[in-house]
Amino acid sequence: MVVVGVIASAIGIALGLWIDWFPAQASTQAKEIDTLWDVLIIASVPVFVLVMVVVGTAIIKFRQRPGEELKDGPPTHGNTRLEVIWTALPAIIIVGLVIYAWQVLETIDKKPSSEMVVVVTGQQFTWTFEYPQPGGKPVRTNQLYVPQGQSIEFKIKSVDVIHDFWVPAFRIKMDAVPGITGSYRITPTRTGDYAIVCAELCGLGHSTMRQTAHVLSRERFDAWMVAQQKGAAS
Amino acid sequence: MAAKLRAPGWYRAGAFTLLGIAFCFGLTTLIRALYSYDPLIDGYAITVVAMLGAPFFFLVGLGTFDYWFYWAAGRPTRAEDHSSHGAKSWRDYFKVNTDHKVIGIQYVCTSFFFMLVGGAMAMLIRAELAAPGAQFVNAQTYNGLFSVHASLLIFLFIIPVFAGLANYVLPLMIGAPDMAFPRLNALSFWMLPVAGTLMLLSFFAPGGSFATGWTAYAPLSTDAPLGQMMFTIGVQFAGASSIATALNFLVTIITMRAPGMSFWRMPLLVWANFSTSLLVVIATPFVAASQFFVLLDWALGFNFFNAARGGDVLMYQHVFWFYSHPAVYIMMLPGFGIVSEILSVKARKPIFGYRMMAFSLLAIVVLGFSVWAHHMFVSGMQAWIRVPMMITTAIIAIPTGIKIFSWLATLWRGVLKLDTPMLFALGFLTMFTLGGISGVMLAMIPVTIYVSDTYFIVAHIHYVLFGGSLFTIFAGVYYWFPKMTGRMYDERLGKIHFWLTFVGFNLTFGPMHVVGLQGMPRRVADYAEQFAGWNLFISMASFVLGASTLVFVWNMVASWRAGPKASSNPWRALTLEWQVSSPPPIFNFDAVPTVVGGPYEYGVPGAVHGIFNSPVEAKPAGSLVTRPTKE
Ligand code: HEM
Ligand SMILES: [Cu+2]
Ligand SMILES: [Cu+2]
Repeated sequence: MVVVGVIASAIGIALGLWIDWFPAQASTQAKEIDTLWDVLIIASVPVFVLVMVVVGTAIIKFRQRPGEELKDGPPTHGNTRLEVIWTALPAIIIVGLVIYAWQVLETIDKKPSSEMVVVVTGQQFTWTFEYPQPGGKPVRTNQLYVPQGQSIEFKIKSVDVIHDFWVPAFRIKMDAVPGITGSYRITPTRTGDYAIVCAELCGLGHSTMRQTAHVLSRERFDAWMVAQQKGAAS
Repeated sequence: MAAKLRAPGWYRAGAFTLLGIAFCFGLTTLIRALYSYDPLIDGYAITVVAMLGAPFFFLVGLGTFDYWFYWAAGRPTRAEDHSSHGAKSWRDYFKVNTDHKVIGIQYVCTSFFFMLVGGAMAMLIRAELAAPGAQFVNAQTYNGLFSVHASLLIFLFIIPVFAGLANYVLPLMIGAPDMAFPRLNALSFWMLPVAGTLMLLSFFAPGGSFATGWTAYAPLSTDAPLGQMMFTIGVQFAGASSIATALNFLVTIITMRAPGMSFWRMPLLVWANFSTSLLVVIATPFVAASQFFVLLDWALGFNFFNAARGGDVLMYQHVFWFYSHPAVYIMMLPGFGIVSEILSVKARKPIFGYRMMAFSLLAIVVLGFSVWAHHMFVSGMQAWIRVPMMITTAIIAIPTGIKIFSWLATLWRGVLKLDTPMLFALGFLTMFTLGGISGVMLAMIPVTIYVSDTYFIVAHIHYVLFGGSLFTIFAGVYYWFPKMTGRMYDERLGKIHFWLTFVGFNLTFGPMHVVGLQGMPRRVADYAEQFAGWNLFISMASFVLGASTLVFVWNMVASWRAGPKASSNPWRALTLEWQVSSPPPIFNFDAVPTVVGGPYEYGVPGAVHGIFNSPVEAKPAGSLVTRPTKE
């Protein structure tokens, strides 16, 4: 039984780590979260395997056989040692996971030395993005453009109901709540186009509230920004 | 006809409902006239007032208040002849009845009716999702379908069906002749059809049914068409029903236990319902409050949740989840109780660690109130609340783990009878473990930040509510079917039902973890092309799962009508409900039982739980509480 359990856990963990669960990993935050996920897989598989193996063994070994219709099991009422173990062991695992998750949270929230702000405003059923310009009118767009390698703080607002600003490739999401300005930060690591998905039910058009986030190299982003500023000025 | 209209019953209920609508029409119009509102007659205002008022007229007409009115008016009351106890024909189940056994069956059948309706909606949802783009329904209908589906299954199936099963077996288990407040019990039941009818009627409202999810977040809900009010008001009736039942359970458990039935001799089902009832009486008023706020915002412009006028949008979520997190335990603890009964009897062994099982229930009750904001990790609430809530949420996994390991130890070295109730109990044990594991993953804030509001959540809630709660409900229905109906169900059909459900369930909800992690949001009628393959697969599997329910319904109906007669104790169980005939006598026990030992002493030679050597007649319901006699 122990052997079966260990082998099954090993296979389960290997499978869990091998499967590519997530979409493209396009931010430093995504890396942290994906690693936390792997750790959770490693901690979870043996727990599930344990339960399955015990149930399976009980079904095979202890099932009622013909002639045992009136037989009872032994009257064991408990075992303090076992009960202490199965209270303490999960507690230790959980404390470990919580501390680790807390650290990951601190890391993904950490404010870097330089940061670019993008104001994201949700409304039924579209997002608008504003790039504040020092001493000028902000640049406003319907598509999100961000430079690779630059920490970006999204300031998230809503003008009507609750929406949720989420780029799965960046992993982080936050609700856009009327009356509140929320914020989170990500640092894009890969150029490319990624889906923006509204993740909070916001009405009939909720499933159509999708746009695209374009991660550009620094140079291309700067060029784009200059073009936008010209457009805004003219 | 006149006599029929005067006597309690459906005729009077219909007449009173019309009267109630007329009254609400008059009242609304009068008030609008006094305020010189234009237009004087406003359909929306009248409908909302009537939805609040007419149900009371209906309940009065049906007769749920008759006794109290007579009593309050000092007129002779009629209930002492116990004519409202027992059921002689199927028609008696459609009348106000104060017998906990009749009410239990009324509850279970009504809840399963709503389960089938809600389940049919799930089939439509999956048909729509079988391919990207729009197939059959438009966005309004789609959002309505998943909202009504969830609301019916939560408020009118899982919560009340557990109350119904406990209504039937709990008084029997503790050796009581009935619940403490039989008339309140009847009233609690009759509020459910009111709530369910309101929710279903919302499909006919102008603007369509409520479509903001079962969570009804403001300000989406405070701005929604009329159908939203049918959720808001329906929840009030369902909530009032569960509060009244919970009070009834608490008083019954505390005051009506048979001699010798100390707290530490109670079966775990009783402990579980004790814990659940504590959760209900403390938490349910909060969901009532959250919906009243919405009602006031919607109907009278109170601006609780209108940020532009100084309202606070997040307040809704805090109040809502302060109920709705405990509610997930309201939907699970009674199942823990059922499974404890079944595993012990079917493994022929005492429950391993009985006291820890009871303590862990109480621990879950207490901790359950300290974790609500784990549903709000991405809501934009103050950041500092997140880590404490992560810690408390993770801690809940410990008492939950204790229960799972104790059930495993109960199985060990037992003599396992693998019949239908046991298969569902084992199915619960394994599937709920998966749901608990995804729960712990969701407690980890960085993970939830990614998967919140995706299909991963849909997978989690179905592993805990379907693989968890519903499996225990099926287990319990099969287990007590002989007691409730006096007949045996068909074991072969039961096993077919189990395997179809178990496989269909995993094929349906397992892949949802995957699409959720890949980034598919929940509550969408349309989705990106990349998810098409899995969704088609899930939809096919869900139809198998849906079909498996028909096997169950067929088995229940056919066996109730013509199954072989059941003996009083087909499972050789020790708990008291099995020591009386199937179905039990009208006042449960012809002699008051005396409890002399624990409920699960299987394998202890000669052990008994209760004995019946006392010749004292069991007292009819009510007499124990309302007027203690000095015999
Ligand atoms: C070890 C036990 C459990 C833990 C740690 C846990 C944790 C969580 C967390 C953190 C969420 C929020 C996810 C999010 O929206 O971002 C959640 C959602 C949910 N859980 Fe659990 N859970 C557990 C057991 C249960 C049980 C027993 C039930 C019901 C029987 C349940 C029902 C739900 C439901 C219905 C939701 C989704 C609510 C919604 O947004 O519609 N959970 N769970
Ligand atoms: Cu949305
Ligand atoms: Cu919760």
